[in-house]
Amino acid sequence: MIEWNAIFLTLKLAFVVCVVLLVIGIPIATWLTFSRWRWKFLIESVVALPLVLPPTVLGFYVLVALGSNSPIGRWYRELSGHGLPFTFEGLAIASVIYSLPFTVQPIVAAFSQIDRNLINASMILGASRPRTFFRIILPLSVSGVLTAIVLTFAHTLGEFGVVLMVGGNIPGVTETVSIAIYDKVQALDYVSANRMALLLMGFSFVSLSIIYAINRRVWAVMPSHR
Amino acid sequence: MDNSGTAGADADSILSVRVKYQSSKEFSLDVRFEASVGFTMLLGPSGSGKTTILNCIAGLIRPTSGRIALGSRTLFDSAARIDVPVGQRHLAYLFQTLALFPHMTVGQNVQYGIVNLPARERRERIMPLLDSFHIAHLFNSRPSEISGGERQRTALARSLVTAPELLLLDEPLSALDIATKETILHDLRGWNKSHGIPILYVTHSPEEAFAVGERVAVFEQGRVIATGTPQEVLRTPRQETIAQIAGFENLFDAVVVSLDERQGTMLCRLGNEGHQLEVPLARAEVGASVRIAIRAGDIVIAGEHPHALSAQNTFEGRVVDITRAGVKLIVQVESGVTFEIHITPSACDELQLIPNKRVWLVIKAYSCNLVEPRTPSLINDNP
Repeated sequence: MIEWNAIFLTLKLAFVVCVVLLVIGIPIATWLTFSRWRWKFLIESVVALPLVLPPTVLGFYVLVALGSNSPIGRWYRELSGHGLPFTFEGLAIASVIYSLPFTVQPIVAAFSQIDRNLINASMILGASRPRTFFRIILPLSVSGVLTAIVLTFAHTLGEFGVVLMVGGNIPGVTETVSIAIYDKVQALDYVSANRMALLLMGFSFVSLSIIYAINRRVWAVMPSHR
Repeated sequence: MDNSGTAGADADSILSVRVKYQSSKEFSLDVRFEASVGFTMLLGPSGSGKTTILNCIAGLIRPTSGRIALGSRTLFDSAARIDVPVGQRHLAYLFQTLALFPHMTVGQNVQYGIVNLPARERRERIMPLLDSFHIAHLFNSRPSEISGGERQRTALARSLVTAPELLLLDEPLSALDIATKETILHDLRGWNKSHGIPILYVTHSPEEAFAVGERVAVFEQGRVIATGTPQEVLRTPRQETIAQIAGFENLFDAVVVSLDERQGTMLCRLGNEGHQLEVPLARAEVGASVRIAIRAGDIVIAGEHPHALSAQNTFEGRVVDITRAGVKLIVQVESGVTFEIHITPSACDELQLIPNKRVWLVIKAYSCNLVEPRTPSLINDNP
């Protein structure tokens, strides 16, 4: 038996996390690339932290930070009437933090590769900063942004520890595929676990392939061809 | 030579630059020069601060102190705390790399700076430029699909379409063959006939400075060590750097032996035991050390002892080496010191020059240029 609920929830989570991370990740990446602040490396470390921390550590602190005893948790409870932990929103927030470096770092890499003189040329030609960003920097970084989306999506699909810590295991609310698979294995239902694992693997492979295929044709990767 | 940096600040000198900039302990820039309508060449070896000064003028680098003015507009003034943003300086900057936007067509590139204009006006501005730079047929091509010269023309058109009041060119044509370069410069001159803006042109090639520039500013280690017309700066080099970049192949240390004020000449001894050379009189005392620069093309080789010449300096010597460089021959002649002489192949045949052959060298006094050796004190009193 396949837990369609869990699959749908996982895709929804990955989609929401991707959208949120693009919205906050691109400005962060822009700042990290172009800022000349001397303490910038501290922010770079914070962004990269989820790469090295065990998911349980991250999940634990996110749980504490979102809990009813924290200012954020209290503020959210006043606003919505219920707490953040063990809800989809809480899960999404935790996933956003967990996947942040997977969005920011490929975009920073792409931004950094742009010839500074292209940006200078745009500014000298009278373009504003936003116009330079949307007409020059972003179009020339399409492949980096696509890579960021792929990595973020895939990373969110596969996360386990953070989800378990913050979301728990509530079917239909916070039970993602990876947790459902774990559940099935615990219940010795290897057939169902296998079906869902195969499905997740197949889906991941296909979506990655599609995006890499699109990416391959982007001129930014290979600028000169006749 | 015209070193009067401040005296030039009259109506026709449009750009005036006085800038100090410290990028590191090793490199500091301290320059002052003016540029009027037409080509002003910034000449100097790499690392001498030419590109840095363009970046300061464009606003890409903020100078430590100083003032940059274009016509009546002050672009930067550290004392008055003026620093006009890059996009509002109304200048054009052609980078060495051209910086064409690779994801846009030639047409989109050229229009980039004037997108705020209505479509009709945009067209009216672009078409004549595309025509005069011969790139109209490339309108829908990408930069990766066109030749180097065409890219150059596209970058120029993109810069000029904004009607800049100053054009900065950073070794813009260094990657092109001479013929392509000539036609592009010709087109640029044609454009500037009707627009009349100052053009700063960075180059490390004295030949290019000679050929292109109406004025030259010579850079060395972050200083402007000479300004003037190419002839003024390069034909009478007062400093060793200029002599070297101007192609004075022969540079000798010498000691003043005697002065002849009536003749306007003085005698100098080359090296320790070398010949005495008659050179134009300069402010020097007997016994003073001087350096003398002579162009290899200004020395005459004779196959037998010459007589009845106006030239005052005749030395006997021996051919050491003959090498071919393009269409000319470089002959090394040992005569106490080693002279380098450039001659044509036919002259070499006629004289039947071979190594070890005895020859005579003839040098006019006025072919000998006294240059000042590179010392900090000399650079300082030469703004």
